[in-house]
Amino acid sequence: MANPLKPAERMKIPRQHMPEQNAGERSQNFKEVNLGLSFELAKTEASRCLTCASPKCVDGCPVGVKVKEFVELVLDGKYLDAAAKIREDNILPAVTGRVCPQEEQCEGACVINKKFGSVGIGYLERFVADYERQSGKIGLPAIAPATGKKVAIIGSGPAGLSAAGDLIQRGHAVTVFEALHDIGGVLIYGIPEFRLPKDIVSNEVENMRRMGVQFETDVVVGKTVTVDELLNEEGFSAVLVATGAGLPQFLGVPGENLCGVYSANEFLTRVNLMKAYRTGEFETPIFDCRDKNVAVVGGGNTAMDAIRSAKRLGAKNAYIIYRRSEAEMPARLEEVKHAKEEGIQLLLLNNPVEFIGDDKGWLRAARCLKMELGPADETGRRRPVSIQGSEYELPLDVAIIAVGTSSNPLVQSTTPDIKTRKGGYIEANAETLKTSKPGVFAAGDIVTGGATVILAMGAGRKAAKAINDYLSTGQW
Amino acid sequence: MTARFQIVAAHFLAPDVKLLRITAPRIAKHHKPGQFVIIRVNDTGERIPLTIAESDPAAGTVTIIVQGIGKTTKMLNRLEAGDAIVDVVGPLGKASEIEKFGTCVVIGGGVGTAIAYPTAKGLKQAGNEVITIIGGRNRQLVILEDEIRAFADKVIITTDDGSYGEKGLVIDPLKSMIAAGKKVDYVLAIGPIPMMRAVANVTREFKIKTVVSLNPIMVDGTGMCGGCRVQVAGKSQFACVDGPEFDAHQVDFDILTKRNAMYRDLERKSVERHQCQLEGMVK
Repeated sequence: MANPLKPAERMKIPRQHMPEQNAGERSQNFKEVNLGLSFELAKTEASRCLTCASPKCVDGCPVGVKVKEFVELVLDGKYLDAAAKIREDNILPAVTGRVCPQEEQCEGACVINKKFGSVGIGYLERFVADYERQSGKIGLPAIAPATGKKVAIIGSGPAGLSAAGDLIQRGHAVTVFEALHDIGGVLIYGIPEFRLPKDIVSNEVENMRRMGVQFETDVVVGKTVTVDELLNEEGFSAVLVATGAGLPQFLGVPGENLCGVYSANEFLTRVNLMKAYRTGEFETPIFDCRDKNVAVVGGGNTAMDAIRSAKRLGAKNAYIIYRRSEAEMPARLEEVKHAKEEGIQLLLLNNPVEFIGDDKGWLRAARCLKMELGPADETGRRRPVSIQGSEYELPLDVAIIAVGTSSNPLVQSTTPDIKTRKGGYIEANAETLKTSKPGVFAAGDIVTGGATVILAMGAGRKAAKAINDYLSTGQW
Repeated sequence: MTARFQIVAAHFLAPDVKLLRITAPRIAKHHKPGQFVIIRVNDTGERIPLTIAESDPAAGTVTIIVQGIGKTTKMLNRLEAGDAIVDVVGPLGKASEIEKFGTCVVIGGGVGTAIAYPTAKGLKQAGNEVITIIGGRNRQLVILEDEIRAFADKVIITTDDGSYGEKGLVIDPLKSMIAAGKKVDYVLAIGPIPMMRAVANVTREFKIKTVVSLNPIMVDGTGMCGGCRVQVAGKSQFACVDGPEFDAHQVDFDILTKRNAMYRDLERKSVERHQCQLEGMVK
């Protein structure tokens, strides 16, 4: 069914708003912030699409989701078909519909974006994925006849899952090895429940199991088993390293080892993976943030996730300390907006230079400097410069460092014939994602450094294609 | 999730100190002395690190020795052969540095003896003279004496209360050995933090290479959380991937002590809740 509205009429419809949990209420619980579109809202939003002859949104998507086609299916009320359409290119639609930075990708490329606000592609993706899940009628893709070839995927984050989804469809036997006790990588240890409910991740994983993907938890490749053993003793024909950039970086300032100073990874892992926020039910402890002063250092999505978690754990004052201005913050606009609504205080152009402890080794304050912006640096962002004599003490009980991560070295250190570059990241061919070691591919953050869920998924797909070519031709 | 790591043997070595042998073939195959596993008992449990005391690659088992202190270790100590736990991950951390040093003194305090045991054996196999000092608060807490006597050149036992061996601390025989002119080339000390710190203080002035195995609080054990960071030679190191063994003379024991006390109140509450549950079960 074609859209009955003329393009001019479609452009008159304003972009629909995502219903959300009230800010005061949600800052006290871990339930999802965004509530999802109603049928009504979804149809209205879908009717805004101009159905361009050459849709820019598809080019803007790192995995090439057929946006125009699925949006038209939404308009026709064919939600399950729409979900299946997305799943052809994107194995985790309920996840990406929630955490993708659409404003920089599909929505950023949408032709009506600048003038009228883009079609809410992310909202619609989430809508159909949720509809599909709730209907219980998941449109799993067809699986090709078995090839008899086995592929090992190291890491069950977005890159690994996305590659596994593609390879299983090609008829290969796929085993995903995960170091932690649960599947999903950063989707379960990093991104909080209020932004990505863990049930949604486990549901997507369950779908992959039904497609035939094997998952093995508690396997630290490089320690529990080596890449060479997988290739030579366990019968795998190809290995994909998708171990991510999971190692926390610290500031390197005095006092960083005081009690009460966490890496964002540790804080979020305790809260998300170990469910420390459900005290009494789960055993892992977390600092009691109630009525305390908590600060996160950093301005990315991880920083927002950490401080909004602390707020939900009861923090009295919840600060973001960021050394540049709001314009330079790498976090998604939506996350910053949500954080502010929830009462997070942004201490912009501030930089901690020391953490100060009490006599028992507990954090009591951060010594901070005020900054101003100088000329642009190599990243194009204006470089922060400290203002002389601006030093002050900010009373703090907990400080969480969220200034980036670096490569996970465990596979590389036990597989010396996999070439790495500066920072321990794996060198892989840009097109084929082949490493220096025959049979071994690498994809995602372990190649590029910390990026987004969808970029890692795009890389996983690319690797899957290259692995499939390698397995069918036998040519390295 | 079903618990998939089977316990094939379990018995107490001392009050509250239990040996558990667990089926984990891949870990058994790769284990080297000094390495540890991360264990989670059940689906709501925490992840805790425990050093591997022994492994048997042929049988596909690893052995851990657990002192029941917190809730998780107390739960582990209630398990018997035939039970199973949900997660065992490893072998993690770097292996002990085992080479021919000459005369090695291996000091184990309490359950630290279990951690020192495989390395001590390895040092002997590498051709060293191995003198072992085993310490405990009392006779009952001196563990693995027979196992260690089977290979060590000399075994000295100390107890705090004098109920067995020499009365005193593990550093006493070490001091007298050095005072008597015995040339010591290498010391490995594993046990409570005050004991490791005391050993480091004794050997520092004689410039004897001394290694300790640290046990900071961990979550994942793979370098991902940074919770186990310790200060060594003024720099942050992650015990899970850079350790757990470090140069004793460079370790900041103050920071380690304080960081290990971080959750003490919460841990106490958890044990209290656990005790109530246990008593409830008995009644």
